[in-house]
Amino acid sequence: MADTAATQPTRSRDLDKLLLRPGNLVGPRFEPSAQLRDDVQNHARVLVVGAGGLGCELLKDLALSGFHNLDVIDMDRIEVTNLNRQFLFRVEDVGKPKAEVAAKRVMERISGVNIVPHFCRIEDKDIDFYNDFMIIALGLDSVEARSYINNVACSFLEYDSDDNPLEETIKPMVDGGTEGFKGHARVILPGITPCFECTIWLFPPQVKFPLCTLAETPRTAAHCIEYAHLIKWNEVHGGTDFDPDNPEHMKWVYDEAAKRAELFGIPGVTYSFTQGVVKNIIPAIASTNAIISAACTLETLKIATECSKTMSNYLTYNGSEGLHTKVAEFERDKDCLVCGPGVLIEVDTSVTLQKFMNLLEEHPKLQLTKASVAHRGKNLYMQAPPVLEEMTRSNLSLPLFDLMGKLSKDVVHVNGMTSKNNQKVSCLRKLRVAFKGVDGVTDMDTAGGA
Amino acid sequence: MAEPKVKYDRQLRIWGEQGQAALEKSSICLLNCGPTGSETLKNLVLGGIGSITVVDGSKVEVGDLGNNFLVDESSVGQSKAKCVCSFLQELNDSVKAKFVEEYPEALIETNPSFFSQFTLVVATQLVESSMIKLDRICREANVILIFARSYGLTGFVRISLKEHTVIESKPEHFLDDLRLNNPWPELKSFADSIDLTAQDPVAHKHIPYVVILVKMADEWAKSHGGKLPSTREQKKEFKDLLKARMISPDEDNYKEAIEASFKVFAPQGISWDLQKILNDSSSEVDSNSSDFWVMVSALKEFIANEGGGEAPLEGSIPDMTSSTEQYVNLQNIYLAKAEADFLVMEQLVRSTLKKIGRDSNSIPKATIRSFCKNARKLRVCRYRSIEDEFNSPNLPDLQKYLTDEDSSIAIGIYILLRAVDRFASNYNSFPGQFDSAIDEDIPRLKSTAIGLLSDLGCNGAALAEDLINEMCRFGAAELHAVAALVGGIASQEVIKLITKQFVPMSGTYIFNGIDHKSQLLSL
Ligand SMILES: [Zn+2]
Repeated sequence: MADTAATQPTRSRDLDKLLLRPGNLVGPRFEPSAQLRDDVQNHARVLVVGAGGLGCELLKDLALSGFHNLDVIDMDRIEVTNLNRQFLFRVEDVGKPKAEVAAKRVMERISGVNIVPHFCRIEDKDIDFYNDFMIIALGLDSVEARSYINNVACSFLEYDSDDNPLEETIKPMVDGGTEGFKGHARVILPGITPCFECTIWLFPPQVKFPLCTLAETPRTAAHCIEYAHLIKWNEVHGGTDFDPDNPEHMKWVYDEAAKRAELFGIPGVTYSFTQGVVKNIIPAIASTNAIISAACTLETLKIATECSKTMSNYLTYNGSEGLHTKVAEFERDKDCLVCGPGVLIEVDTSVTLQKFMNLLEEHPKLQLTKASVAHRGKNLYMQAPPVLEEMTRSNLSLPLFDLMGKLSKDVVHVNGMTSKNNQKVSCLRKLRVAFKGVDGVTDMDTAGGA
Repeated sequence: MAEPKVKYDRQLRIWGEQGQAALEKSSICLLNCGPTGSETLKNLVLGGIGSITVVDGSKVEVGDLGNNFLVDESSVGQSKAKCVCSFLQELNDSVKAKFVEEYPEALIETNPSFFSQFTLVVATQLVESSMIKLDRICREANVILIFARSYGLTGFVRISLKEHTVIESKPEHFLDDLRLNNPWPELKSFADSIDLTAQDPVAHKHIPYVVILVKMADEWAKSHGGKLPSTREQKKEFKDLLKARMISPDEDNYKEAIEASFKVFAPQGISWDLQKILNDSSSEVDSNSSDFWVMVSALKEFIANEGGGEAPLEGSIPDMTSSTEQYVNLQNIYLAKAEADFLVMEQLVRSTLKKIGRDSNSIPKATIRSFCKNARKLRVCRYRSIEDEFNSPNLPDLQKYLTDEDSSIAIGIYILLRAVDRFASNYNSFPGQFDSAIDEDIPRLKSTAIGLLSDLGCNGAALAEDLINEMCRFGAAELHAVAALVGGIASQEVIKLITKQFVPMSGTYIFNGIDHKSQLLSL
């Protein structure tokens, strides 16, 4: 090993110990070298989804863990209530896009780091945008956004004929989440460890108050607030949507809730509590975000370099009553619609794209409506925008077999709506299409059909 | 001005105005402002801690730019304490930020009284000998101390102070204080006023489950010689009885009653945890006793006399299916009993204060009220001195950790983190600090660790070779992500200690960044 003690100390003084020296508790493909360090710096692109409490920490942690090519995507603007934890923002930044300010601040302090901000919704990017990254780090506070990114990352996954995941198509994700003194960090290697959808039960849907309780038997401050918010508002302002970010709207709900509480002798309605209930505010502090983001960053570094063992695969942290950390090894759902090999659909070569889309609607497992269909990156049909819809409309009457280049079997990606817990949600599904009676499809016929 | 309140909104929802006020009154001293210390303070400054004093004697080097966000290229060659302090000030201008350009080790030797001005000291990256000395100083001065260390992919956090008492421990899961099997007269007569049998369907499905269970428990006891269900069969029978009283399958109140029936089976009186606190010798109070123990002493009297074996009633009830009127009435019955218990407790506290020669009004009403409301959830945390733990650790536990597979890595890290300090005092560098010496450092660290183990009374104990090798590989590196994680934990513990809310960790938290199977060790 070269003696670096004699040479000029560098920025990577501490990181070099981990990346340049051989280790015993490391991954099987760890190749310690200056080359490895430089590869991480120059070639490992990481996308940070969210520039909030976790996102700010992730950008800093990744940049100081050797990752010099980062992108960050966030549609939000900075608010005053962010400042107790989102340390890249100052009072004078309020109103500016989070992604842009966060990227700028980190680049100002760490030279050599390049961060590309994307001030937009995650759905605004093409699916291919996400495929350009080696690893995706999620710093989000919503189940829907996590689910979307998970869908996208899993859509890149391909399987071989034995239903083993093809390694080069695995898009690793690290995911963090916090609430107060609690948080989780997890590693998702699609096809190997459970994806977000495999363990969706970890995020049970929020319990809503029954409307009859709100209307007839209110008992708590929250009941009075939700009455004003969900029932009274529409009665009085029919036609005007309630906007939680409009202070006048919030004040109105608070006043109505307070009146109702007084009428029924119910204590506890305050303005702050009203905001909490209506906006479903999750308490958040700097320390928990720091802990969870750092855990995610360590795992990102390990995925990129194998410089240590990988966390397998779900870490929970709880600091409210003493300090409890636990790593749980969750298992994949073999039948997962998102990270599995894909639902097999067998059709005749004469079936048109329109007929195929009808089949997806009727399919008991998929129930997929408003479908947009893509094959090998080419849009066969798009629901929106109108220009693309018009351009692809003529494909609807053509046989799918022809549109897919007369292949006997292949994968298509379908974007659309499905229902979950009686609610319509957007989804992205990978489907294996096989054409009956075409050479090479016989082995699939025995697989059981759609 | 409304601004600070808005800025802190997301944390005020956790620790409230009182917790925030405690943070804003406190003064924190940080020793060594490498990434571990810098990240700890960053989290506290964002949350609006009162004042900070950064102590570090070193100058910023190029290597620091790669692991510490709080210094940048313009800082190279300047005082690290000064640079870190000025960035922290930028984060929150309501925090008073100061720095002292001096090495903590020197300050500990030459100016021990320096530390008595602070509420809390965060000591990062200190070696064992300095930890022991600083611990002595802080215990003497009643200053809270917290140690944090990052070392390669490992680290630890350790709180040290004689005693920390918590009134608002805010446990996530705790049995409601409903007294279903031991109702006081007002609750009993309220329940008696409601007839479970002669009801129209709408009223029947709006009887709160508290009333249902009080009545059914009473009914059961009358037909079972005064006893409540205790065996599995009896409990099932009780639930079946509840089910039989439903007059339609959509009665949510009865479903809630069945689900909550375990609250009827729960034992009366106080928990074992609370009994332990009452038995503590500190509850024999004198003029030096803290307010907490004065109130515990009063609580003991309350439970033995007026409380009839129970602590003061908490006074709140969970939401449950009910008509608004019955729910509000029920709420008021619980509130009235809690208020009556509080008034008794207040008298007991006042007379206890008088007895020990203190001003009988020296504990504010609001404090006593909060104590009553949380009486069942009180917590007392005590921490061994660093010197005691280091010189005479709890041997049976140490041996158990060493032999138990689940804890062998954590205890290995603990021993090796201590061994590297011994190594450093013998060889003037940490194992693996320089590439040239790494091969000879591995056996040296191994023999140092084995020597340490035998000094602690564990002859023949072995540590995993892999772990010793890894420790040498780490070469005292302070990796940013590890520092951010360890610093994050340290800052969270600081918040709990200062707000006196929630429960701080006990023992030593060993961070294991290799597979994240981190662990608390109590030695
Ligand atoms: Zn899955």
